[in-house]
Amino acid sequence: MIRIEDVSHSIGPARILHDIRTGFPKGRLTALIGPNGAGKSTLVRLVGRLENLQSGRISVDGHDLALTQTLELARVMAILGQDTAIASRLRVRELVAFGRWPHHNGRPRADDHARVETALENFALTQLADRFLDEISGGQAQRAHIAMCFAQDTPWLLLDEPLNNLDMSHSRALMQRVSDLVRRQGRSVVMVVHEINYAAAWADHIIAMKDGRIMAEGDPDTVLNQRTLSELYDADVQVSRHQDRPLVLHHA
Amino acid sequence: MQGRPVDKRLRLIFAGLGLVLMVAIAVWMLQGLPEGRARSFVLGLRAERLAGLLLVGVTTGVATVMFQTLAGNRVLTPQIMGFDSLYILLQTILVAGLGITGFASIPTWSKFLLDTAVMIALGCILFGSLLGRGSRDIARTILTGVILGVMFRSLSAFIGRVLDPNEFAVVQQSSFASFGHLDAALLPVAAILTAAAVGLALSMAGQLDVLGLGRDRAVALGLRHRRVVFVTLGLVAVLVAVPTALIGPVTFFGLIVAGLTHGILRNPRHAMLLPAAGMIAAIMLIAGQLVFERLLGQASFLSVVIEFAGGLFFLYLLLKGRIR
Ligand SMILES: Nc1ncnc2c1ncn2[C@@H]1O[C@H](COP(=O)(O)OP(=O)(O)O)[C@@H](O)[C@H]1O
Ligand SMILES: [Mg+2]
Repeated sequence: MIRIEDVSHSIGPARILHDIRTGFPKGRLTALIGPNGAGKSTLVRLVGRLENLQSGRISVDGHDLALTQTLELARVMAILGQDTAIASRLRVRELVAFGRWPHHNGRPRADDHARVETALENFALTQLADRFLDEISGGQAQRAHIAMCFAQDTPWLLLDEPLNNLDMSHSRALMQRVSDLVRRQGRSVVMVVHEINYAAAWADHIIAMKDGRIMAEGDPDTVLNQRTLSELYDADVQVSRHQDRPLVLHHA
Repeated sequence: MQGRPVDKRLRLIFAGLGLVLMVAIAVWMLQGLPEGRARSFVLGLRAERLAGLLLVGVTTGVATVMFQTLAGNRVLTPQIMGFDSLYILLQTILVAGLGITGFASIPTWSKFLLDTAVMIALGCILFGSLLGRGSRDIARTILTGVILGVMFRSLSAFIGRVLDPNEFAVVQQSSFASFGHLDAALLPVAAILTAAAVGLALSMAGQLDVLGLGRDRAVALGLRHRRVVFVTLGLVAVLVAVPTALIGPVTFFGLIVAGLTHGILRNPRHAMLLPAAGMIAAIMLIAGQLVFERLLGQASFLSVVIEFAGGLFFLYLLLKGRIR
């Protein structure tokens, strides 16, 4: 369980998050939804300790972020940020291999190599493993970054818009893998999702944010209704059902 | 398991670099040796100069690669960011504070150590906040560095004006690069500092690899980012102080070295990059000095040529949009 208690955040005079108090359930796939600028990335970055906590408390499986060594946290959660640009020139395999760093601290063992190869395989990157990141497409690079997080092999995965740049089949493959991790291996995943029907189809738990506040949270059936979504996005949204899951229609 | 061909390629590269370096050193020491009693005298002199060139090369190469990793781009060098101007400013302040007799009376190496210590502190304070946040705004970073450099230099010049001309000449001496005249009294302390700094740098090579991924990913992987940034900056400060004290400021040499190192190795591991950078820099300096001093009889031209070539390379990187 990730607990977030009374977390507020400001950048300069601007208040980005207002007294957020919520939790990400363990062993579930949680989707963060909401319009651009709602504060989803800020919240994920705070939980991933990429941003310093200004007020409130966050704990991951009982590890208080403020009191836990950052290396120990790296063995508990992996986080994929929205910004994936890298200055050094890396091959795909080299990037994915960095995911093992928290476990071996620079001295990889056979087991680490094996896990890297598995991660490459899982994301259909084996063919591309020796290519440089700037020599492959944006979607392939995005998959390499996600594969690195998977290679980190942590109970928690925080993914900020992992579907960016991915085509339909790779998006679906990623969602399938993620939900596999959750259902088969009991891992917990929190992801920011823009395409709301992916959240509708795969998520167990949905948190809807707007203007730095949580507007609604709960299972897909309770959150994904016409009234909440129309208010969330300030737009007319229809919700129907498909295969016993909400289906959101947003073409006017 | 792949990765084997890469390792083999790297081994070949290092064997090649080692061979070239050995040949350069041998030619440097043995070419045109006089007979008789002059022989051992010339050998001693050459060994001294060789030590200086090796130290300047290794420090510049290692410092630049580390600094570029920290800054997250391949266009900056510590010198472009005003690190060496800071050193010269400290020298000037020291002369101003002690007067020329005082400056001359304290041993060179203790001045050097004092300067280096102050530089580590100032370097961490000034550049830690600027580079440590992993700012992607490289244009602003370069601009800030250039402005800081100009500021340090004008401050030195201002203090120089206030000093009398004799005293200023002492400082002036130490603010232009010359591979021909190095301060031999500094060699032992410079060698110790270099060995310590390079050793520490190599011991944190794995952490530097992670640092090169940028702040966010480094933190996500559990690197104690702030600490590593400050240690890196401290080491860079030492590794810039050494060549600046030995031969004076060289702005663009490190840029060529780092560019060549990354181009040749095409591997992100600092355990490989740092030694390669040191070797490449040493080869360039020894070979360059051989050509200019012994072949063309123009010892002082090397720094001019290196700066000119490095400046062109800098422009090329800027214009090609290689800034990332
Ligand atoms: N560096 C920054 N400086 C000022 N405002 C920022 C900065 N980063 C984000 N913001 C603001 O914080 C708010 C939340 O941003 P973010 O968490 O990225 O939203 P989301 O991920 O939901 O789109 C936005 O209004 C954005 O403009
Ligand atoms: Mg966002």
